Amino acid sequence: MALLFYESSTRTRTSFELAAKGLGADTTLVSSLSSSIEKGESLKDTGLTLRALGAEAIILRHNSSGAAWLLEAETRLPVLNAGDGMHEHPTQALLDLRTILAHLRPGVEVVAAETLAGVTVTIVGDILHSRVARSNMLLLPRLGARVLLCGPKELLPDLAANAGPGIAIERNFETALRQSQAVMMLRIQAERLAGMQLDLEQYKANYQLTGQRLATQAPEAIVLHPGPIIRGLEVTAGVADGPQSVILEQVKNGVAIRMAVVERALLPNAGQGGRA
Amino acid sequence: MTALVIRGGQLIDPAAGVDALKDILLKDGRVAEIAGPGKLKSANGADVLDATGLTIAPGLVDIHVHLREPGQGYKETIATGTAAAAAGGFTSVAAMPNTRPVNDSPEITRWMQAPERGASVRVFPIAAATRGSKGEAINDYAALKSAGAVAVTDDGYPILKDNIMRETLAAAARVGLSVIQHAEDTRLTQGSSMNAGPMAFKLGLRGMPPEAESGMVERDIRLVTELRDARVHLHVAHTSTAAALAAVRQARRSGLRVTCEVAPHHFLLTEEHVGFYDTNAKMNPPLRSAADRDAMIEAILDGVVDAIATDHAPHAIHEKEVEFENAPNGITGLETALGLSLHWLHKEWKLPLGRVLSLLSAQPAALLGLKGRGTLTVGSFADVVIFDPKAEWIFRARETKSKSRNTPFDGWTMQGKIRWTISEGRIAYKAETA
Repeated sequence: MALLFYESSTRTRTSFELAAKGLGADTTLVSSLSSSIEKGESLKDTGLTLRALGAEAIILRHNSSGAAWLLEAETRLPVLNAGDGMHEHPTQALLDLRTILAHLRPGVEVVAAETLAGVTVTIVGDILHSRVARSNMLLLPRLGARVLLCGPKELLPDLAANAGPGIAIERNFETALRQSQAVMMLRIQAERLAGMQLDLEQYKANYQLTGQRLATQAPEAIVLHPGPIIRGLEVTAGVADGPQSVILEQVKNGVAIRMAVVERALLPNAGQGGRA
Repeated sequence: MTALVIRGGQLIDPAAGVDALKDILLKDGRVAEIAGPGKLKSANGADVLDATGLTIAPGLVDIHVHLREPGQGYKETIATGTAAAAAGGFTSVAAMPNTRPVNDSPEITRWMQAPERGASVRVFPIAAATRGSKGEAINDYAALKSAGAVAVTDDGYPILKDNIMRETLAAAARVGLSVIQHAEDTRLTQGSSMNAGPMAFKLGLRGMPPEAESGMVERDIRLVTELRDARVHLHVAHTSTAAALAAVRQARRSGLRVTCEVAPHHFLLTEEHVGFYDTNAKMNPPLRSAADRDAMIEAILDGVVDAIATDHAPHAIHEKEVEFENAPNGITGLETALGLSLHWLHKEWKLPLGRVLSLLSAQPAALLGLKGRGTLTVGSFADVVIFDPKAEWIFRARETKSKSRNTPFDGWTMQGKIRWTISEGRIAYKAETA
């Protein structure tokens, strides 16, 4: 298996690598900064080269939305999307779901369209630039959860509510928290703001998850974060390390989820691979 | 030059108000005689084209094409681009100046028209409005005009500064040239690769807001209004938003000389056609919402739109086989414009055939002041397209005469099969099969 990474990554890369190795696969890492990509080799040629070297599947992290589709179309190999631009990060959504199920539906082994009925998951912050938010808002409602999106207009356009069924916007953080059994905090993606001016102090005043907000509005909710966390911006250190935080469980679940995904991609009859 | 007789066809010449069975004699590159069937007086010895059952129309005029020469012959050359034009029924094409180098000089303008380029049909260069299309220093329009330029534009690099655009409009008006603006406030479209809207959000792509187009059109119309000079002509290229059309409509009511064109992809496709990052659905302006698309159709039907222009923008395969955000903007269009227009505007939406042909010939020719083009009266250029209006066919990108194949219309049904395209009396295209 080739891990082809055009962006830096700690969690996703390491857990995919551990997952693949845990299943007995050989892995090789190609990153944009230490390969011929720096010399201008296209994604297509990079993919064809990896295929010629024997890769049977490619795990791709790329800064352009849709890159996984392109790579799959050009190589005809299974491509595991480890995050494409602002588009999707499907394995992150799956490990988030695993974590939510473990806490809110302990003991459930098979999921169905109603498994998360009655559950509200609020996703907070930079929705516009977040592939994690896009994958979660498409996945969670398929199991009956309601997804509330929360953030300022600059980071959360109104039309986000139309991205799929079961999605609504609530701009008041307190109101959203009061309805939530799970709250997912997102990092402000400075690298994707593209010149957008954002008043961070104002943002923190309205949307930072503090110990006090959590205790008064959602004392029972679990707190998720896909990482990397910027402590003191979207969450306080106290919340990140606090009893409601399941952030490190998410990381741990990442390995198991990615083992399942790798297995599905490599085994011929492990089910029809979906694209995402 | 030998003479050519076209016999037995239905001549439709909207500019002359003709829709009748006519025989036509072409001689020395001009229309020499038009008469009822069998009534030509001086046809002896001429070669004959049998147009029985076919429509004879003025050769089509495309006022917005990118022929890529000089500088990017791997995408298209003037020879291949005009071969595609001829195959699509066009006998006049106006070539945009975003070449390498930019066509901002009389030398390049003349070079593009030189016989050595091997053009199949007539090429009318549109020169850059400013030096290097950088939006700073106005070019010498009188010199460009005498070299053959028919308009000025910084297409693709819209003129943002009010004072430069004002000066461009005024200076062009003094020498009788039109100013064509690619209306896009590029301050609002940084890093964007499709229309702003639900589809862009879903795909995780940055979107170009419709206001980036309409705001620039409104600004330009304000400048035209302020200039108070009846010679000023602003032409809005590839209009794609309802708001921009509304601004043009309003300007026309105010009596301003403001015209606009619409490309077939903007009256047929929407942002949904981007699908899963199809780079052949990436162009600038981008495919817009269904409401915008419907506004294009409405404005074509009610006459606000002055011309259909293709924005033919060839790119090599390897340039489009990349990440959507990294792919260049543009699609080819010369060989599909007539077939799509006849199929959709005429057959589906009932726009009379003469109106469709006028939008593709007489009106664009008049808009850029191309004398003797876009009509077939005695003395006008022998630019003719002859097609079977009833024939349906499937367009295949692999059969294109262009060097490039970047089209979203591969496999689409076309109406009206072209049999001959005649440019100044010479057969520029002949269908291989009837």
